[in-house]
Amino acid sequence: MVVTESPYKPEDTSTGSLKILIADDNHSDRLILQAIVKRQGHHVVTAVDGVDAVDKFSRENPDIILLDALMPRMDGFEAAKEIKQLSGEDLVPIIFLTSLSDAESLAKCLEAGGDDFLSKPYNPIILQAKINAFNRMRVMHRTLQMQRDQIADHNEHLVREQEVAKKVFDNVAHVGCLGARNIRHLLSPLSVFNGDVLLACQKPSGGMHVLLGDFTGHGLPAAIGAMPMAEIFYGMTTKGYALPDILREINIKLKTILPIGFFCCATMVDIEFGDKSIEIWSGGLPSGFLLQGGKLVKVASRHLPLGIRGSDSFDASTDRYEMHDGDRFYVWSDGIIEAANAENEFYGEERLQALVEQYIDSNELFYRIQQDVLAFAGDSGPGDDLTMAEITMMPEDQLGIHESEHSSASGWGPGKWEMSYRLTDESLARFDPIPLLLQIVMEVPGMRSFNGEIFTIISELYSNALDHGVLRLDSSLKNSSEGFARYYQLREQRCSQLKDASVLVNLTHNGTHQGGILTIRVEDSGQGFDWRKVRATQPCTNQYSGRGVALLKSLCRRVEYFEPGNIVEVEYEWRL
Amino acid sequence: MSITTNRSTNQSELTISIKGRFDFSSHQEFRDAYENPEGPYEHYKIDMAETTYLDSSALGMLLLLRDYAGGDSANIQILNCNNDVRKILTISNFEQLFVIQ
Repeated sequence: MVVTESPYKPEDTSTGSLKILIADDNHSDRLILQAIVKRQGHHVVTAVDGVDAVDKFSRENPDIILLDALMPRMDGFEAAKEIKQLSGEDLVPIIFLTSLSDAESLAKCLEAGGDDFLSKPYNPIILQAKINAFNRMRVMHRTLQMQRDQIADHNEHLVREQEVAKKVFDNVAHVGCLGARNIRHLLSPLSVFNGDVLLACQKPSGGMHVLLGDFTGHGLPAAIGAMPMAEIFYGMTTKGYALPDILREINIKLKTILPIGFFCCATMVDIEFGDKSIEIWSGGLPSGFLLQGGKLVKVASRHLPLGIRGSDSFDASTDRYEMHDGDRFYVWSDGIIEAANAENEFYGEERLQALVEQYIDSNELFYRIQQDVLAFAGDSGPGDDLTMAEITMMPEDQLGIHESEHSSASGWGPGKWEMSYRLTDESLARFDPIPLLLQIVMEVPGMRSFNGEIFTIISELYSNALDHGVLRLDSSLKNSSEGFARYYQLREQRCSQLKDASVLVNLTHNGTHQGGILTIRVEDSGQGFDWRKVRATQPCTNQYSGRGVALLKSLCRRVEYFEPGNIVEVEYEWRL
Repeated sequence: MSITTNRSTNQSELTISIKGRFDFSSHQEFRDAYENPEGPYEHYKIDMAETTYLDSSALGMLLLLRDYAGGDSANIQILNCNNDVRKILTISNFEQLFVIQ
């Protein structure tokens, strides 16, 4: 280990030469004392009374003061008070010189700010011992002050660094939509340094991803993990990746960069405003509360936190719940549950649940929880930091956010091209090709601004081909709550039994100046369906199914089905 | 907080008992308990009969032990947890990594 020299060198505490101020109105006493002190190797400054002593103190800056108690113009007691005031937080030892010997007078010396007293006639040995002792004290005091200032400096430096880092982090992490009307959240201003992260981002298809994470540890290790997490979250969500893919990516990234023993407890949700559902993945955070039509459903963590498992054994499976407008989902870090009161008792899930049940219909629930936890913790304050979010289901057009504007692609990309992509059997069930296809389409210069519409078209076509064509699922099932669950159950079951199944996507782009036509043809291995019937019926406003075709027609200039109904081709025209 | 260890007679098993709060302050002591010249052992038992609380850094320490003891092939049992401790292990789904009894 290298020992670096400290910027402050402690003075020699016993033999060094000190500057000593001697104040005594008696000329001969002064001379005697001066002689003794000089002989001991110190430098002497003299003063003839209290006023002179204060004046010399200011000008000469002595290390130790020997002060006669009784002097004309200003006595030693008064002078001691003034000198102590002038020296501020520096320690300048004052030793009173006195011929008085009664206890009261000696006590008065100390009360006036003196540090000790020395009775006349002077004993040189005791005088020297006292000077040395007070010098040690003075040096120790200086060292303490120096170290205290150093710590304060370091701390200030650290806080400044954190503020800068926080700004950088905000630029990476808070490009999202935490400000949407359906999100309320609580997050300490420097939360990234206590390891809490809250991210929210709109999906190109509509809907939203929200992630609340709690890294182990505080300070730098936590902040370092939060950066790539936020980047992956926003990057992949904007590109249209599904929740499990994003989680897998974040998990392996954290596993790679964090040392063993560090991980991130997290809950991530995918909220669909269109079909009114929420998909939840939770690893390591306390149970989230889903308020579904005035009832409380606890959504427990089913997974290990992020950053522990390798990608081969990482489980990204989610739970899906129906949500009507006004239904809410609460997610929190353990700071709420583990907020402790003066008796070191935790707030706990039972108390939280009772409060939520009491105010389950109140719009103020979020603030009630916040207040109740703070009141419970009382003066001691909550131990960990309180991070929580409330996510409400509402019609998407009421969120109060505008689709993020993508900077339009500049430079030269491919304008005229064609590609085919075929997925078969297990790959159909496991892999979501839409982000990949979307990325290829987005290579066309200027196409980025149409990201949302193109995503909708491709995913609508693909999911129709897979769900209705290949898996033969009836979307009218989704109209009831039981059917909703049944639909996803059937979907999972049939996905696991795929054989000779495929979906072929063919994309053709024909670019013109500042625009172009994208032709998408999707062919599935299913038996087809009677598209004439779908075309004839207008979808009812209160059901989700059947809207897909109408949506496609509103976005594309041509939607055409081919016999026996397993092939569809659409044309999308765009212009800058 | 105190940690005691106990080796089985045939030297194949190490029992680590943790008393009181198991948190970051026990980091070094816990590490010293399992990182010794005779290790790694075949089996580890973490006795939490007298453990009152664990925090996330304690979970991290358990992961460190797991890694030291062979990662996915580690054989670690966590015994006698009280309800609070058990709850914390359950929320984090640590039963997927450790045998919790």
